[in-house]
Amino acid sequence: MILGIDTSLGSAVAVVEPDGVIRSEVRSLDPRGHAEVIGTLLERAMAEASVTPSDITHVAAGMGPGPFTGLRVGIAAARTFALGRGLPVVPVVSHDAVALELLLHSALTADWGFVGDVDDGAAETFAVVTDARRREFAYTLYRGIDDDGLPIRVAEPALVPRDELEAALAHAEAKRRDADHIPAAMLALAAARALSAGRTISHADALYLRSPDVTLPHAPKRVNPLASGTPGEQRTPVPAERQAYQQQRDEA
Amino acid sequence: MNRAEPLVLGIETSCDETGIGIVRGRTLLSNTIASSMDEHARYGGVVPEVAARAHLEALQPSIEAALAESGIALADLDAVAVTSGPGLAGALMVGVGAAKALAVSLEKPLYAVNHLVGHIAADVLDAEAPPLEYPTVALLVSGGHTSLLLVRDLTTDVELLGETMDDAAGEAFDKVARLLGLPYPGGPEIDRAAASGDPKAIPFPRGLSRASDMAGHRYDFSFSGLKTAVARWVEQREAAGEPVPVADVAASFREAVVDVLVTKALAACRDHDVPRLLLGGGVIANRRLREVALERAVAEGVTVRIPPLSLCTDNGAMIAALTSELIMAGRAPSTLEFGADSTLPVTEIQVAESA
Ligand SMILES: [Zn+2]
Repeated sequence: MILGIDTSLGSAVAVVEPDGVIRSEVRSLDPRGHAEVIGTLLERAMAEASVTPSDITHVAAGMGPGPFTGLRVGIAAARTFALGRGLPVVPVVSHDAVALELLLHSALTADWGFVGDVDDGAAETFAVVTDARRREFAYTLYRGIDDDGLPIRVAEPALVPRDELEAALAHAEAKRRDADHIPAAMLALAAARALSAGRTISHADALYLRSPDVTLPHAPKRVNPLASGTPGEQRTPVPAERQAYQQQRDEA
Repeated sequence: MNRAEPLVLGIETSCDETGIGIVRGRTLLSNTIASSMDEHARYGGVVPEVAARAHLEALQPSIEAALAESGIALADLDAVAVTSGPGLAGALMVGVGAAKALAVSLEKPLYAVNHLVGHIAADVLDAEAPPLEYPTVALLVSGGHTSLLLVRDLTTDVELLGETMDDAAGEAFDKVARLLGLPYPGGPEIDRAAASGDPKAIPFPRGLSRASDMAGHRYDFSFSGLKTAVARWVEQREAAGEPVPVADVAASFREAVVDVLVTKALAACRDHDVPRLLLGGGVIANRRLREVALERAVAEGVTVRIPPLSLCTDNGAMIAALTSELIMAGRAPSTLEFGADSTLPVTEIQVAESA
């Protein structure tokens, strides 16, 4: 039984059987509050699946991309849940879950060419697009599904300014597919398929895609206009930690 | 659950130390700390995002190290404990998410507790010391906080008497070190520089200590004015083309900080007729602060308690110790519905206690 956890975009938890049968999926769309809801989502997902922690064999962790404050909550939770039971963590690129859902849907309804044969060029390229805050999108390019039933990533997750996304997608000849949540059941399913194929499908580190925001402190600014000869320069510098605080609040 | 001598694992991620502690009752079994301090050094202060990323990476290895050191298995635990606040929001959230999932995974109760009260609880782990007597005044000084508390009972009654209105004392050390060209963290550097200096050389101001301040801010602290005064003094020297006597500046600055901390703490003891003072927080590692506090307390008939210095900096053992006290006092676990509260008031010793 695979427990899927993702907090890269809202918070979601699912329980999926190794053969892919979805036992439960619960989520909170609150873009904040990941730390508040993660415990109850874990309990609810297991209760709805009629399983206990001892039934779980693997924990699938959504590694992002996603705004980092929230993203970390799910990764931390996945790691400690697994630690508590001595289980392996299976890291999954969060966008893979969205891509897998689109591909399965496409296969069922045959409405897009997303699942066409990759080799003969029938499969269309599409981009999973999520809000990365700070006027940026995170996007990942996919084309088709492979023999293991996993979406084929043709470009790794990347950030793009919002007003440059269309140009980037036109250049890649990719259809745009926006996601407002990550389906945790698809995340767990991707993990199940990776496990049965014996493959690793994501790095074990969080996909922040951004360096931490820090501005190096300036040399201490003059506080004494007489001594420094720069009248009016009375403001004490805003220390780096306060600036980062501010930015972190914007981020969250 | 063993309520007589509970086995508790505590997770602390409120600032830049990933602390995992394991206690059994009042016995310390492990105090594992991974610090991201080096990563902050070039920024001259704790960068929240850098700290939060480091917590995520350090958590699992730290828990494993604490288990190895204590020789216990997670399945043996009676409860999991975590800091809910106060602290840096993004950093706290890592610990809260981790603690919740660990508790759910182990099917064990979870206790969400107050970081500041944890600093006081560190004292109960001191096997050498007699039991903590109530009430006691507690002075907590670190890079993140400067608080004066009246503790009537560790698990039920902690009152905030005063706190810093701007910088924490530890932050003031970092900032003054920076303007003297000394590296981060500033505390030990200022100490080293001050060793050969004259603490009376420069009469730096004592924040919020004028008669006019005492009405509204009798137990509050302010260090930003002191920092500015040091900056101004140094600049005037430089402008006059004179060398800056770093040792004297460091010693005089440190004396100003220590003086105001000890003066206000002892005033609280006197005003509340409490002849006991507990010191906690990372800045207590400053020898001069301990010396002055002990010297002046003795003169006023106040007994000073200082937890082992390894338990004064932020750590998970104090969080486990506080939770152990809560369990022994019969308190119910927290629900799973709490978050990181960066401004959690000290009166909230436990968060989200279940009904
Ligand atoms: Zn602290």
